[in-house]
Amino acid sequence: MYSVILATASRYLLMLLLMFSVFLLFRGHNEPGGGFTGGLVAASAYALYFIANGLDAARSILRVDPLRIVVAGLFVAMLSTLPSLFMGKAFMSGIWVDTGIAFIGKIGTPLLFDIGVYLLVLGITLTIVFSLAEEDNR
Amino acid sequence: MSLLLAIGFAASALAPFLYRRFRENFGWIAVTFPLFMCAGFLQNYPHVAAGGVVRESVPWMPSLGVNLSFLLDGLSLTFATIITLIGAAVFLYAGAYMKEYRDAGRFFLYIGVFMTSMLGLVLADNLLILFMFWELTSISSFLLIGFNHHKESSRKSALQALLVTGGGGLALLAGFILLGQVTGSYELSALRGLHETITSHAYYPAIVALILLGAFTKSAQFPFHFWLPNAMEAPTPVSAYLHSATMVKAGIYLVARLNHDIGGTALWQDSVLIAGSATMLFTSMLAFTATDLKKLLAYSTLSVLGTLMMLLGIGSPLAIKAFFIYLIAHSLYKGTLFLVAGTLDHETGTRDVRLLGGLRHKMPVTTATAALASFSMMGVVPLVGFIGKETVYKSVLQLETWGVPLITAAVAANAFVVMVTLLVGFKPFWGTERETPKHPHEAPLKMLLGPGVLALLGLLFGLFPNLFIATMLEQSAMSILSESLGLKIKLWHGIDLVLILSFVTLFAGGLVYTLRNALPERALELSIPGIIKPSWWYDSLIDGMQKIARLQTRLVQNGYLRNYIIVVLFTAISITTYALFQALDEVSIAPDFSVTFYELALAFIIIVATFMLVTSQSRLKSVVALGVVGFSIGIIFVIYGAPDVALTTFAIETLNVILFVLVLYRLPKFLKLSGSSNRVRDAIIAGSVGMFMTLIVLFATSFELSSDLKEYFAGASLPEGKGRNVVNVILVDFRAIDTLGEITVLAIAALGVLALLQLRPKGET
Repeated sequence: MYSVILATASRYLLMLLLMFSVFLLFRGHNEPGGGFTGGLVAASAYALYFIANGLDAARSILRVDPLRIVVAGLFVAMLSTLPSLFMGKAFMSGIWVDTGIAFIGKIGTPLLFDIGVYLLVLGITLTIVFSLAEEDNR
Repeated sequence: MSLLLAIGFAASALAPFLYRRFRENFGWIAVTFPLFMCAGFLQNYPHVAAGGVVRESVPWMPSLGVNLSFLLDGLSLTFATIITLIGAAVFLYAGAYMKEYRDAGRFFLYIGVFMTSMLGLVLADNLLILFMFWELTSISSFLLIGFNHHKESSRKSALQALLVTGGGGLALLAGFILLGQVTGSYELSALRGLHETITSHAYYPAIVALILLGAFTKSAQFPFHFWLPNAMEAPTPVSAYLHSATMVKAGIYLVARLNHDIGGTALWQDSVLIAGSATMLFTSMLAFTATDLKKLLAYSTLSVLGTLMMLLGIGSPLAIKAFFIYLIAHSLYKGTLFLVAGTLDHETGTRDVRLLGGLRHKMPVTTATAALASFSMMGVVPLVGFIGKETVYKSVLQLETWGVPLITAAVAANAFVVMVTLLVGFKPFWGTERETPKHPHEAPLKMLLGPGVLALLGLLFGLFPNLFIATMLEQSAMSILSESLGLKIKLWHGIDLVLILSFVTLFAGGLVYTLRNALPERALELSIPGIIKPSWWYDSLIDGMQKIARLQTRLVQNGYLRNYIIVVLFTAISITTYALFQALDEVSIAPDFSVTFYELALAFIIIVATFMLVTSQSRLKSVVALGVVGFSIGIIFVIYGAPDVALTTFAIETLNVILFVLVLYRLPKFLKLSGSSNRVRDAIIAGSVGMFMTLIVLFATSFELSSDLKEYFAGASLPEGKGRNVVNVILVDFRAIDTLGEITVLAIAALGVLALLQLRPKGET
């Protein structure tokens, strides 16, 4: 059940929703949002695209296997735990660097950690959605 | 040192990529890695030789007592040198040997991780860090034994090794935790001077039992020895490295390391002595019927591991000296002989010792290498193995009560070891040449250099025992016994009882060898009745466990979602209700009836949607109704000031509907609606859960909710976590380790989903 309106809209919505998800991710530290919610929103954006354009189109616009996103997410999250060790602080202590740039302000390892969560949630949800969708095609 | 280890793991991770790029010459690149590590440790040699100790500590999880602390003293430097030197020979060798294997790049990843973990194990100065590296070696050993994972025997052996050593590892962890409870610290250095406290504590027997269980399984002591011969399924470089020279010595290292702090009692010494001598004698006899080159070597390795354990059990200064020399000698000659066996297999296509013979003309260098290592293994002058065996005999003879039986056992065991040496080190090369599956040539340089250097080192250390061994022995003895030995190592002691015993051993070994050859073929195939073999017990245990698992799965996991839900809900309700009724009189229920219009509207929507959900005849309608309930609850979160929860709820609900729709296609229509009795049952369950939740809410609101945590997090969020969103700061900063655990579980769950949905055999639905 291909719908031209949905297919066209989904292309713009995908971009908007992805931007919104990244916005949620970065805003999470001070306002409602965060990696988990951001990842879920990003996943629904791709899911919407998949509903409108089919599995193959969704896979190709994602470019990588969702499982790789899961691995990347876990890797980034793990990575964020390391700087504290090298700075001689306890494992997983947050390290913050003040960039001094307006709008960006301080950047720290918890943000990196949150990015990891974002990627992981995105990857897992899409792994499940795509796997289930593939079942249909069999 | 932590830097070296970090480099080690990073270099291992790069191995598969480098392998893909430099396939042909990868051996030469790979060998730089262990050599670099070796140089890194040996630069501390002058300092350690002078009695110094290098310490290093980085706090990791200080609140749990886990610190990345490392210690380089004589004992750890000796082990580190063995690990990296033999590692260099093995890496170079594997560069040529592994060429025919698929995924050889991955092999180098595993073996690099193993080497680094093994180094971490011998350097660790914190019990929990030691345990972590201990488990890492077990895991990398599992991956390496099962490297030919298309073969069922490989997979089975890998699993067996993992279960035996992993089970022992759990015991070890329990022992370490008890030890930590007694001493109040997990630092190894902190154990110094607490000997009295530890050995007189009520936990002491349990600590000894658990730690020794870990050490005995890892070092394949009787009756846990059976995994080691089966581990010979691994590619030969692995057998040479992990299963003779390094990993199986981890248990021995641990016993040596802890000897000073928790040893010295009759319980400790006798347990180690008995396990060691039993292993030494029994496992060497098992070699009598073996025909596979690697199995023969494996049985002799077991016997040596037993001897080393026995020497630690004797614990006299002379025994420690014997332990130390024998340890180095064995690593050198056994590593060499395993690599020689690999070369034979590689060149002739068989490892059956009965089929090999007369290869000396075609493989002169290998013949010389094998002979050199074999002389060391048999204990012939002037190799280091000779000094080793002499000192072993001497230290056993020193014992008063057990001297005579133990020396008999040691000579008998060594006679079988001599037989193995004759079979592996000489028989394939001498005598008449035989037809083999492949046409043998001399092995390439990469496969000759490593074993050749190791064999020559055996000669070098024999001729100049004071070069490296004596210095390191002195420092290691400080670690093991905390006293200086002041013993000189000499190659030649003149003719005495010990020398005569050495000759007796060689003679008896030759006799056993002749006897074995004289026996008819069928005699070698006689098998021992299952019930007395420890491996039979292992198999029965695994079978039994699988039977119980099948039974339990049939009972509990019957595949009906509703049954699972009933079980979960009932368990939750019955336990909690009991607690609720206990505290019922403390509850003062004063419901607040001031509701706003939109709250009423939401409640109305939820009730209507729920009603539709349960009465609907179509799935789609039910799914939509469920979505309505979910979104309405999300709105309630918004109203009551929990925007984070609301946001997540909305996202989850959206995805839920999508997932439902995807599954919906595949499901048949509601063909069979529940019968009336089921409906009554479901209504009762649903009703009681509803009442229960209402009770819980009333109960929770009737108390003044004040908690220190709430105030702490709210107050500390901005200054310490640099964020105003308290929920998020808790998730990614204060309790980030919980989140890390949770997302790891999620990732594993995703793998599970993938495996269930995509990796089924084709044609199955």
